[in-house]
Amino acid sequence: MMLYDAGKIIAGLVIFAAFFTVPFWYGGGKTSEMPKLELTAQARQAGQCVEPKERMRQDHMQLLDDWRDAAVRDGNRTYTSSTGKSYTVSLQNTCMDCHSNKDKFCDRCHGYMGVSQLYCWDCHLDPTEEKTVWASTDGNS
Amino acid sequence: MLEKALRGNRGYWMWIALLMGIIGVGFLFYLQQLRDGLTITGMGRDVSWGFYVAQFTYLVGVAASAVMLVMPYYLHDYKKFGKIVILGEFLAVSAVSMCVLFIFVDLGQPFRVMNVVLHPTLNSVMFWDMIVLSGYFVLNIIIGWATLGAERKGVQPADWVKPLIYLSIPWAVSIHTVTAFLYAGLPGRHLWLTAILAARFLASAFASGPALLIILCLIVRRVTRFDPGKEAIQTLAKIVTYAMITNVFFLLLEFFTAFYSGIPGHKHSLQYLFFGLDGYGKLVPFMWTFVFLAAVGIALLLVPKWRRQENLLAVAAVAVVVSTWIDKGMGLVVGGFIPNPFEQVVEYGPTGPELSITLGVWAIGFLILTILYKVAVGVKEETAA
Amino acid sequence: MGFDRREFIKIAGISALAGLGSRAAFELLQPGELEATSASYAANQGALNAKRWAMVIDMQKCLPQEGCKDCMHRCHRLHNVPDFGNAKDEIKWIWKEAFAHAFPEQESEYLAERLHHEPFVVLCNHCANPPCVRVCPTKATFKRKQDGIVTMDMHRCIGCRFCMAACPYGSRSFNWRDPRGRNAQGEPFLEEINREYPTRNKGVVEKCNFCVERLAQGKNPACVEACRHGALVFGDLADDHSEVREILREHYTIRRKPELGTDPSVFYIV
Repeated sequence: MMLYDAGKIIAGLVIFAAFFTVPFWYGGGKTSEMPKLELTAQARQAGQCVEPKERMRQDHMQLLDDWRDAAVRDGNRTYTSSTGKSYTVSLQNTCMDCHSNKDKFCDRCHGYMGVSQLYCWDCHLDPTEEKTVWASTDGNS
Repeated sequence: MLEKALRGNRGYWMWIALLMGIIGVGFLFYLQQLRDGLTITGMGRDVSWGFYVAQFTYLVGVAASAVMLVMPYYLHDYKKFGKIVILGEFLAVSAVSMCVLFIFVDLGQPFRVMNVVLHPTLNSVMFWDMIVLSGYFVLNIIIGWATLGAERKGVQPADWVKPLIYLSIPWAVSIHTVTAFLYAGLPGRHLWLTAILAARFLASAFASGPALLIILCLIVRRVTRFDPGKEAIQTLAKIVTYAMITNVFFLLLEFFTAFYSGIPGHKHSLQYLFFGLDGYGKLVPFMWTFVFLAAVGIALLLVPKWRRQENLLAVAAVAVVVSTWIDKGMGLVVGGFIPNPFEQVVEYGPTGPELSITLGVWAIGFLILTILYKVAVGVKEETAA
Repeated sequence: MGFDRREFIKIAGISALAGLGSRAAFELLQPGELEATSASYAANQGALNAKRWAMVIDMQKCLPQEGCKDCMHRCHRLHNVPDFGNAKDEIKWIWKEAFAHAFPEQESEYLAERLHHEPFVVLCNHCANPPCVRVCPTKATFKRKQDGIVTMDMHRCIGCRFCMAACPYGSRSFNWRDPRGRNAQGEPFLEEINREYPTRNKGVVEKCNFCVERLAQGKNPACVEACRHGALVFGDLADDHSEVREILREHYTIRRKPELGTDPSVFYIV
């Protein structure tokens, strides 16, 4: 078997392999520990979110999308869950009322999963955040 | 064929480096715009589209004008255009790329741009503009590449190319018509609310595009061994002549309707642009530059003796390119917003960052154009040898 | 058998397309879509409903209250509308405009001078035939089927500003900069925050939404509630017995630029 330009091809393959495995080199082979879910006292007392825990864990993003469209586009702001209870459809006023610990409840896990680019909080207000905190992050000043 | 763009002389690489430099500066300012928002431009709540959208509108015309080569060559078998039709198609590719980029840099939320596809909205002209522009881009790159590849091998282009070429003719008209419809269907913007806007756009396009192509042909002849052909350039010049006259004629029609009817709304934008309104007249010198250059361009083009001198022809082509840019780009887009819905004049001028980003996009366009032309000319030189 | 590369790619491509169209692939790409849930959405009980919300602005009651800006302050505070301190970047939901500017086609040298320079309250007209909705390429701006309110889905807006070009009333504002920012003196653009309503981010358009969030709670729009002089009346234009229809029967009213065919839902008693 002949391999034309063997030098170039092999060098290219080596560079490709090195580039492709960067995340492993970068992490140094270590794994980071999965963050533990921390609930506020209010959430613990409620015992259950708007839907059962497993469903929320797996589908909360889908539910939030549905909530967004229901409230904003259809004007349907009452959610009757599969458990029979009714809730006001609002991220800021319903979800965050219980889960008022955004940094622990949302951010840590999103960071761990690498989905920290969400833009929810560009507009929605995070109950733990002081106004002065986000006001100082502006690039204009 | 792309490998031809990787070999060039010193001048070629210096030109590429210069373009890359301008692109780099533009990109840095774009990062600033991403961070701080569009407040760094001169646009505001009254003039909410500015320099970016002006370039977009102008360049859609440049893109559409490829049809002025495609139609004579493929439909009427005008052989003289055989050598340069590829230059027209590749100019269209580069122009459409710039159009897309100018819309992109104009967006407040550029990362959500795919929403246009995710939530297709048939009643929005902007949706259709996206369809026709992306379609036109694909058509021209495929046609250009396929015909050039065939030329290199010394064979006829594949059979499937012909229907695409015929399709590209009405498609070219469609891109500029739809772009005119972005403006011409908006109630309350009197300068734009005119049935002949699409016709004006096309006339202006068929003047500006071929004029730009004349300049490019003259440059190509100077820096390469490929000669686009004197007669082809002269035919282009004639196309520019009559398109430019039609363009100016259409503009005069607008003046007649506005000023003979005397309807204030119809007059105000034209008054602002050409004479100033309520003491504001930032664009007046530009609009009279347009008038002057249009007159010079038409005069030089209309007299055969002058048109045949390629030095004068180059001057005329530059005059047409610049004047149509002022008229259809800057004047039309900015003028449409003045006066505002409250009949107040709020003026607009681009800022430094805005100009840098604009230049950066133009540089990307010229980079694409340079690479495509390098390939095309490389193939031409190779087959001629 | 001739089974060349070209043939192989063709078959592979067609199989991939067929695969993508299948139910399983659909499920894979859109999890949960095909799954039936027993949960449901409904409008709030006690919400204010109408077929077509409209407003009558009684300028005879408004004009004597010189300098009053109650409606504007309440609206802008409740909706977290920032104050950038310059006209170019300004965001407005409800504001005042001189009669000659709000109704430019009515302008006349000899118009009652009382009117000419008098400030008129202006806001989004919630047109029955809104050009802004027509041009939006993502349906970020839409007209609610149930009550005719023209409102926005801020999540979807790409910031193309086509709607600003289309609106003949100047009722749309773009966030040229981050409303959560601060000016050069370090003062925040939003002095007070209503924590029950979101802010916007930079790069989206916004406008008056006739307080859809308050109507859902059974409350009148903020501006209507804030007006101590009863100059703003809100009601159902489709209902013969509504207060707005009552007023429209009794008074001569005008609308802004009706000749453009937008069919505005805001009426003025002059």
